[in-house]
Amino acid sequence: MFTHYDWNAITANLAFLWDGMVLSLGLAALAIAGGMVGGMLMALLRLSSFKPFAIFAYLYVNLFRAVPLILVIFWFYFLVPVALGRPVGPFYSALIAFVLFETAYYCEIIRAGIQGIPRGQMAAALATGLSRWQAMRHIILPQALRNMTPVLVTQCVVLFQDTSLVYVVTLRDFMTSASIVASRDFKLVELYTFAALVYLVICLAGSSLARYLQHRTAMR
Amino acid sequence: MIEARNVSKWYGRFQVLRDCSVSIARGEVIVVCGPSGSGKSTLIKCMNGLEPFQQGEIAVDGISVGDKRTNLPRLRSRIGMVFQSFELYPHMTALDNICLAPEKVLKRSRAEAEAKAMGLLDRVGLADHARKHPAQLSGGQQQRVAIARALAMDPIAMLFDEPTSALDPEMINEVLDVMVALAREGMTMVVVTHEMGFARKVARRVVFMDEGQIVEDAPTEQFFTNPGSDRAQLFLSKILHH
Ligand SMILES: Nc1ncnc2c1ncn2[C@@H]1O[C@H](COP(=O)(O)OP(=O)(O)OP(=O)(O)O)[C@@H](O)[C@H]1O
Ligand SMILES: [Mg+2]
Repeated sequence: MFTHYDWNAITANLAFLWDGMVLSLGLAALAIAGGMVGGMLMALLRLSSFKPFAIFAYLYVNLFRAVPLILVIFWFYFLVPVALGRPVGPFYSALIAFVLFETAYYCEIIRAGIQGIPRGQMAAALATGLSRWQAMRHIILPQALRNMTPVLVTQCVVLFQDTSLVYVVTLRDFMTSASIVASRDFKLVELYTFAALVYLVICLAGSSLARYLQHRTAMR
Repeated sequence: MIEARNVSKWYGRFQVLRDCSVSIARGEVIVVCGPSGSGKSTLIKCMNGLEPFQQGEIAVDGISVGDKRTNLPRLRSRIGMVFQSFELYPHMTALDNICLAPEKVLKRSRAEAEAKAMGLLDRVGLADHARKHPAQLSGGQQQRVAIARALAMDPIAMLFDEPTSALDPEMINEVLDVMVALAREGMTMVVVTHEMGFARKVARRVVFMDEGQIVEDAPTEQFFTNPGSDRAQLFLSKILHH
């Protein structure tokens, strides 16, 4: 059925597509790392008993969840150079946008994970003389992270897909590369089918990674 | 050892503790009982500062719990606590559950903490279960690990909050036996429980609470044979009948 399509268009442009993929993967990896660290800190602020911290985190999260990502990317493209007083290039402005945006989402995932741990666990840890921070680090977070692994991985897959938005600041990610080839060579079906398959594979890889991680850390 | 004077506590407008005073001498075992919601758990959680209180004073070994300058983690590290729902850390083995605080708080070496933990596990009859996770242990076994975890800090006193009420009947005794042995060794203990057999065996006094108040604080025999208040009498008739 696919015989009259020209799949050579993909192999002929593999290097070009791979370039885009490298950008997508690189941006996603850095954004995931930054977003998770940021999200963790933000979640701790959000749950802090010191009210100003909690309020700050609440406002931060709701601000970033209220605006579309594409707007944040655009906004930082113009804002970051002004703020720093020098150009940083589209990649870094996009990275900053992603990290700050994803921080809000990871924060909510991590907060829910922490709150899902029975309160008695914190009480028991404090009762043995651990500080609040030690209890968080050794008792609460390990359990919370394990429980939220599936949701965290899903968020990472979504983030990877969202890297396709960086075309608005002239970056060429995987999706943009595919669409450039598609329209230039008039191979729309071939390229978009290929792109869809690639996203599907990555998504499946993500969910099996989640299952593996959960299995490996399973409490018996 | 533990001295509570006129302690009152509110949750919002609801008063959970009303002017509670109680004193536990070194090596003394007291049992706290009373109807559900009477404030028993809240009172013992105030004793190690897990719950703040608004009025009164509690001193443990001469150190004020309510004082803002008191180093609470340090104070708590000297008071063991055992909970109704065990609260073992599910992601750690029994051994790691016991070793964590000695390593992190007392800065003991792993080898030292482990040797001590193995000794305690042996003492509560669980030496063969050191490498198991809590989910692989029965309720009674989990509670014994929890007691070992508290003892690993060499506490000067132990607080128990209904340690056997989440257990199947056939497991209650294995936990009570450990507690009786502990009491006989001279540990200072405050035990919230409705196990009157345990009270009769080792408690010097029974404290009866109702609606946030300490209604009765009497020597054990006297509490059972001749309770001073109608409320205690009613409570006793209810729990002794089944
Ligand atoms: N965090 C809280 N906020 C508001 N009210 C609370 C809180 N914790 C406990 N209470 C209330 O305080 C009262 C005393 O609770 P507490 O747990 O000390 O009772 P208890 O004597 O231990 O009862 P039980 O036998 O059921 O364990 C109860 O009425 C309870 O509903
Ligand atoms: Mg209680």
